[in-house]
Amino acid sequence: MSKPIKSYKDLPLAPITYEDTREAFKTGSWRTFKPLVDNSKCKKCWICWKFCPDMSIRILDDGSGIEFDYDHCKGCGICATECPAKCITMVTED
Amino acid sequence: MIVSRNRNARAGPGSREYDRFNYDDEIPIRGGRRLLEIRFHGRGGQGAVIASTMLASALFDEGKDVQAFPYFGVERRGAPVTAFLRMDDKPLRIRSEISEPDVVVVLDTFLMKYVDVTAGLKPGGVLIVNSSKGPEVYRKNPSLKVATVDATGIAIRHGVGSRTTPIVNTAILGAMVKVLGIVKLESVLRSIRDNVPVKKEENAASAREAYEKVVVG
Amino acid sequence: MAKKLINGNYAAAYGAKLARAEVIAAYPITPQTAIVEQVADFVASGEMKARYVCVESEHSAMAACIAAASAGARTFTATSSQGLLLMHELLHWATGARTPVVMVNVNRAVAPPWSVWADQTDSIAQRDTGWMQFYSESTQEELDTVIMSYKISESPDIMLPSFTTEDAFFLSHTYEPVEIPAQELVDGFLPPFRPEIRLDVDKPRGFGSLSMPHQWYMELRYLIAEAMDRSRKRILEVEKEWKELTGRSYGGLLDEYRTEDADVVLVNAGTAASTIREVIDKLRKEGKKVGLARIRSFRPFPTEEIRALGKHVHTIGVMDRSYTFGDGGAFFTEVKGALYSMKDRPAVKGYVVGVGGRDITMKTVEKLYDNLFKIKSGGLDSEKEWIDLKRPEVA
Repeated sequence: MSKPIKSYKDLPLAPITYEDTREAFKTGSWRTFKPLVDNSKCKKCWICWKFCPDMSIRILDDGSGIEFDYDHCKGCGICATECPAKCITMVTED
Repeated sequence: MIVSRNRNARAGPGSREYDRFNYDDEIPIRGGRRLLEIRFHGRGGQGAVIASTMLASALFDEGKDVQAFPYFGVERRGAPVTAFLRMDDKPLRIRSEISEPDVVVVLDTFLMKYVDVTAGLKPGGVLIVNSSKGPEVYRKNPSLKVATVDATGIAIRHGVGSRTTPIVNTAILGAMVKVLGIVKLESVLRSIRDNVPVKKEENAASAREAYEKVVVG
Repeated sequence: MAKKLINGNYAAAYGAKLARAEVIAAYPITPQTAIVEQVADFVASGEMKARYVCVESEHSAMAACIAAASAGARTFTATSSQGLLLMHELLHWATGARTPVVMVNVNRAVAPPWSVWADQTDSIAQRDTGWMQFYSESTQEELDTVIMSYKISESPDIMLPSFTTEDAFFLSHTYEPVEIPAQELVDGFLPPFRPEIRLDVDKPRGFGSLSMPHQWYMELRYLIAEAMDRSRKRILEVEKEWKELTGRSYGGLLDEYRTEDADVVLVNAGTAASTIREVIDKLRKEGKKVGLARIRSFRPFPTEEIRALGKHVHTIGVMDRSYTFGDGGAFFTEVKGALYSMKDRPAVKGYVVGVGGRDITMKTVEKLYDNLFKIKSGGLDSEKEWIDLKRPEVA
């Protein structure tokens, strides 16, 4: 969608981004630890979803649990800390 | 915001076509010059600035070219306030303060202790003072024409303002109409009614009484 | 069209009203307060269909205006000295974001010491921000320039913010007759603001961004420079259009009065120009060939006009109602700069006058012209001079 910018003549009027940056930038590469969930233990309280500062947790359509958006999850670990069922664990990426 | 009647631009911008008033009828106070400069002295809260703009409005409605602006220090009640008014037969271009007025109007004699109100007043000029004393008390220079009116007493009698801070500006305007002869009383009364927020009739009555009672010496 | 007796502040408010400003965010400061009070009145009574946002500081006022302009609204704000200085950071932002905010600045001295009186240091200090700046001489000009500013700023090939100035008290509080143009006339002159790039939930974008040295920062600044250069022509076009509609114009970037055959010329900006005109007419009757070149647009600077003036006038005095410490008055240094490339440069002297609201009287102006005539015959006596300064008595 963004046209190639070769010189000042190709620039937009002001510094704006052309595309949805959520698509363009996969910030998942920033993390050290990644969360894993055991949905069989999930209580369906969705506290992890509420707390995630990054909107990187998705509630599954059938309500059976959650999944992570690893393209954008930055591994902060807040979901693992807040989960009352302790069904989320943080593991190193390998 | 000062209200003035809409005046139709008669012949477009920059033109000199407008109703001329008769300069010969006035008291000769300008030594042949067309430009008339009036300086008001009052204290913050007495309405010196509004007096100058109400008078400007009345003059404007009669077709004269006018300019009015204030000079005040810190904005508080009681601080000395100066207001300038210029009137000419052509659009005014001088934008500096009035240092050599033709007319000085004093709304508060207590000011005269601290401010040299007559500084620069031209010989043969006019001094109008809000005071119950006679003009002779204020005539420091024999060439001056002095007029006094007890605007404070008049304002209190008409219930304009309070006993401790009566609004004297409308009464002063009435006195100015009589002494200067540059504007009709009806124009000033109309300007007062248009611009005063409350007690319009009392203010107009103040002006009328001052017009009758001002003493010229 | 009707004439009303109004002051500079109300003229500015009328300008915003007639231009149909849609979002006004402002903070009060003497001597600008009446502008925003009147605009608030217009909004409250429904005369103006706009949103008035009460903010907690001038910095917030500009932030709100930039945000509203980014969303596609026509904005207006007003301030003075300390307030303008507080907004400074965001003035740069408005330019970089290419939001055509229009503002009125009442020229007031900067503290300390505290002073509410006329001095142009506040607006001069903004010359690097990329805002166009216009200096008004009369209430009529203030009203007309505010309206014209919108047309210039919002031009798709300009898209730069602008402010108009008025000297504290000498213009802001001065009542004089003003012709208020009809709303229909202004509507025909100024189309609604519809920027192509704007905050839109249906077309999400990032605004502001980040640019690394090898990326596009320098190029984006270059675009701003080009736009400012283009604005010279646009200002003249817009004024020509306004003149055709109302019969009024103000001399373009440099408003010249009786300079065609002048021996000496004073360059100045702001209300003192009116007093200077009066002096010129008086001195001309005495046979002295004097003239005035009033800087109406300081940014963009009237470079070509100053050069054209320098070709036939060989003695120029530049008045500054401000001072740039360590160098000289801003108008003085920039006039000299514009003339530098000429082969036969005129003699130019800088006068620092009226700083802190000190009155500029007819006598002062006559003194300056006297000095210029002495320079014409005898050469420059000094590079610059502070006028009416209280100097110690020479023993």
